[in-house]
Amino acid sequence: MTSALGYAIAGALLVAMGLAAMLLHHHLVRRLIAFNIMGGGVFLVLLGLAPGHGEQADPVAQALILTGIVVAVAATGLALALARRLHQAGGDVRLDHPSSREDDDDQK
Amino acid sequence: MRVVAHRLIVAGCTVVGLALVYAVVNVQGPAPDLALAVSGALAESGVSHPVTAVLLNFRAYDTLLEVAVMLVAPLVAAALPTTAPAPAKPTNDPVLQALAAVAVPLALLLAIYLLLIGASRSGGAFHAAAVLAGALVLLQLATGRSLPAWLTPTRQQPLLILGLALFCAVGWLSLLLGGYFLGYPPAWAGVMILVIESGLTLSLALALWRLMP
Repeated sequence: MTSALGYAIAGALLVAMGLAAMLLHHHLVRRLIAFNIMGGGVFLVLLGLAPGHGEQADPVAQALILTGIVVAVAATGLALALARRLHQAGGDVRLDHPSSREDDDDQK
Repeated sequence: MRVVAHRLIVAGCTVVGLALVYAVVNVQGPAPDLALAVSGALAESGVSHPVTAVLLNFRAYDTLLEVAVMLVAPLVAAALPTTAPAPAKPTNDPVLQALAAVAVPLALLLAIYLLLIGASRSGGAFHAAAVLAGALVLLQLATGRSLPAWLTPTRQQPLLILGLALFCAVGWLSLLLGGYFLGYPPAWAGVMILVIESGLTLSLALALWRLMP
């Protein structure tokens, strides 16, 4: 098994872990972190599957990932601004119904 | 009920993860060797670093739209009504202020270096903009102010749009010069990419800075 394939497998596992965390947590900042972990996994898969020449990785894959990172940063910043606005409006950063908040993240 | 739901989620995501690993390991057929195509056309790209050539020349459309995303995100964030403007809180931390006094000028220098080195090595507008935005954040945390007072959010807008506007202008210029949109003539490609990247550095740094809550 080449190291590149190892990166791709690690990326696939990160996507699954991020997906689980995104579904399990209700706190929006935790979901945002999970979203970023999923994104990191996708980048690892992209780079791991791109054909490389020894030390030199595929420049097209690198450029695509760089583009993806910048867009992910923009999306994260916008999501944080939205979460902060939600916090200002209601004092909370969860999206679930108020009645189901008693048994939430903290008691898992 | 919630415990069952959680177990279902964990089980489902485990299945998804295993399926993804199976798919990644069993990718069929050799991928097209784009690295060879890039190195073959590198001479007429205007830069000598393959990643910069892909970003700013061969796949410039991707980067153009990415810059548009980086313009829209801070504008949408600014459109959110805030109940109270975030008060600038200087920390008065002497360690932080001493660090800022040393690190901010170095960061400015590093940003210029990263911008210029992008043509031949790893670097470029995005790296330079990230360093620049980091310097602004450090300045804000250490002293409570960063951008000059006359640069109000309204007056920042031309600077925010500068990168995308320059990118489009250079794209149309290459169309007028007889090529196609964003298809720079090889003789001018190096200069055009440097112009685009210089504008992008300022605009992206400002966009990143404005996204900081």
